[in-house]
Amino acid sequence: MLKVQHLSVSFVTRLGANKAVDNVTFSVESGKITAIIGESGSGKSVACCSLLGLIPSPPGLIEGGRALFDGKDLTKLNEAQLRKIRGRDIAMVFQDPMTCLNPYMTIGDQLTESLRYHQKIRRTEARRRAIELLQEVGIREPASTIDSYPHQFSGGMRQRVMIAMALINEPKLLIADEPTTALDVTIQAQILQLLADLQKRRDIGILFISHDLAVIADIADQIVVMQEGKVVETGTRSEIFHNAQHPYTQRLLAAIPTGGKEIASPESESLIQIRDLCTWFQHSNAPVKAVDGVNFDIYRGEVLGLVGESGSGKSTIGRSILRLVNVTSGQIIFDGLDVTALRPHELKKLRRRMQFIFQDPFASLNPRMTVYETLSEPLLLHRIENRSTVAASVLRLMDNVGLARGFARKYPHEFSGGQRQRIAIGRAVATRPEFIVADEPVSALDVTIQAQILELMRELGREYGLTMLFISHDLAVVRQLADRIIVLQAGKVVEQASTRDLFAQPQKAYTRQLLQSIPGRGLLKGDVAGG
Amino acid sequence: MLRFIGFRLLQALPVLLVVITVTFFLIRVAPGGPFDSEKAVIPEVQAALEAQYRLNLTLFQQYTAYLGDLFHGDFGPSFKYPGRSVNELIAAGFPVTAELAFYALLVALTIGGIAGIVASLKPNSAQDYIPMSVAMIGICMPSLLLGPILILLFGIYLDWLPVSGWGDSPGDKILPAITLGSAYAAYIARLSRAGMLEVMSQDYIRTARAKGLPEWQVVSRHALRGGMIPVVAFLVLAFAGLLSGSFVVETIFQIPGLGRFYVQAAFNRDYTMILGSTIFLATLIVFFNLLSDILAAWMNPRLRDQMRAL
Repeated sequence: MLKVQHLSVSFVTRLGANKAVDNVTFSVESGKITAIIGESGSGKSVACCSLLGLIPSPPGLIEGGRALFDGKDLTKLNEAQLRKIRGRDIAMVFQDPMTCLNPYMTIGDQLTESLRYHQKIRRTEARRRAIELLQEVGIREPASTIDSYPHQFSGGMRQRVMIAMALINEPKLLIADEPTTALDVTIQAQILQLLADLQKRRDIGILFISHDLAVIADIADQIVVMQEGKVVETGTRSEIFHNAQHPYTQRLLAAIPTGGKEIASPESESLIQIRDLCTWFQHSNAPVKAVDGVNFDIYRGEVLGLVGESGSGKSTIGRSILRLVNVTSGQIIFDGLDVTALRPHELKKLRRRMQFIFQDPFASLNPRMTVYETLSEPLLLHRIENRSTVAASVLRLMDNVGLARGFARKYPHEFSGGQRQRIAIGRAVATRPEFIVADEPVSALDVTIQAQILELMRELGREYGLTMLFISHDLAVVRQLADRIIVLQAGKVVEQASTRDLFAQPQKAYTRQLLQSIPGRGLLKGDVAGG
Repeated sequence: MLRFIGFRLLQALPVLLVVITVTFFLIRVAPGGPFDSEKAVIPEVQAALEAQYRLNLTLFQQYTAYLGDLFHGDFGPSFKYPGRSVNELIAAGFPVTAELAFYALLVALTIGGIAGIVASLKPNSAQDYIPMSVAMIGICMPSLLLGPILILLFGIYLDWLPVSGWGDSPGDKILPAITLGSAYAAYIARLSRAGMLEVMSQDYIRTARAKGLPEWQVVSRHALRGGMIPVVAFLVLAFAGLLSGSFVVETIFQIPGLGRFYVQAAFNRDYTMILGSTIFLATLIVFFNLLSDILAAWMNPRLRDQMRAL
């Protein structure tokens, strides 16, 4: 149905042309799902967006190739002709449903506008069809929610709305650009299921763009692997998963988190005891009980995984332990000290021993500080080093986290996401803390980078003898690092067990549901369903 | 919502009290008084005048007495216009100034809004540079200069429009409105360009394009609302600024508005008139600040829900 042949796209600037897509060939058949896999910057999104004229031009420019759709070459069409195809024959679903819906318009208006524009139908009729479609994608009570604004929906519901919006004109081809990357694992599983169902029911073709092979392991018919603008391998699902030829594909497969950590540490003394912890936030009249009566211990030298969906209170627990938020009631005992009762100057002493790694390495590093400044600041602040000795420490630290020494004078924006997270980790371990809270440290990263950062954290943990609270929504990631896992739901502990027991014999229904949501879980068991 | 408004109004009270107190004592510090003149005045007359206007009391007694009057909504009698109260003078001048400010804002919004939006659609091209350069000139050009230039061009050389008055002859409101509005037009152009540029780079604009909507619909349906929020917030504030800043234009065009009364009162040491106008304008500014915050929040559905909960 869509045949892309030898497509090349460049971004032409004064500094020269940058070839983002280089001689790329792939096809999508109707009733089938083709997945394009590659890391950020591999050109997968540019290739698809350029077909619809959705890349900024200039500087974007299609340099060559053809894209046959319905007997027409998309690359030869002008803007007006493309507009007739966009949203009607080929529709798109984007990554982040938080930012891709217009916050100033009701979802009803956003759903019906393209229907009314392309098919010139009446308002009431368009509305009726929109309600039907919302029902089909699993929005409850669509007749009343159709007049809501996007912020009144959760992330998963917004992505359902986006999908409904894409399908409203009954397109023949749906391009889904990382449609589940911004979502929790359980929601991701639901959205993937929904896409697969809709595709079968409507017999449309789907072009699914993702950086994560595991995500598409259950649904893709054809897989195209891209690296640096080029297609390195194309094949059916079973060909790629069982018989990958290209080393890059093999590396991507190896990066899929599988297996668990060898549990080494025997029971040791507990470093942190958390008793009846409640952290509530005042919100208009009723408090939001983010953490509601939580009890657990963290033992010296262990990595404790804290798993739950967004809103389960896992980040709030991490922040509560470091007193980054105020605790409502309960106790947090760190090495005999009650953290909740400390005064500011005592807290500063304690913070040297406890550190935090945040999710977004973009936002958590000061953009106006060089790597050197970022890493030396905690050392000077806590008087671990003085001005004359700090330089050697910083360089040693950079070696430890795998940053070349020459990067010391660079600013955060000059680094990739993975390198930035290395800087953030370096800052966290600079004061040689005993305890680190790592809040989703790899969820903003590509899979291959994820694997590297997890490896680094494992090494540093061993070298520095760290105790770690590892917070994530992704069980597959937690499994690689954690000795024990605590599952949270709505501010309460659902289950806690050693990593091995939790995966082997989950006791609670909610834990089982989380385990079933892990993308590509077939791979974890080692048996991929044949394509 | 009501609690929020009530709280903000309560917050305004101490602000106004400070304004009243500072103004009251500052104008007394200025040399001279309302009844000083070159001619010698009979001491008995002088004493009678001072008694009538409470100038024989100590400064602090005058202050408390004035606050007492204010509490009843009475700004007191004018020192310079015998037999007329400050309330009457404000009531006469304010509608004229408010009308002028309203027209000026219309001019500013039309010219500035269009220029800003046009510029934002093709950033860093001639379509951007030309309107924005004109806007820059607008900001730099004081109304003291622009007014006479417009009068010279349209009033005298071309003889199209009257050069003074307010409501006396047809078209005499056009030149003052343009003169007063042009500086604000320039600000609005810059604000709306920045607002639109920010919104046009949002993901949901790409979504709108992916739906196949033509560009004018993408701009008018999807970009305009978000892009214009800062402009609306500014407009309301600007209205307060126009009310208190219209004196130059009122003087150039001989318009009997509040601004002229205000400045003349300062020259005349018309204590009650200065105080009354200052308090009146300060109250308006506080009120419009609140209105601006409410409007900006109301235009954003997310904030609107939060406001309702307050």
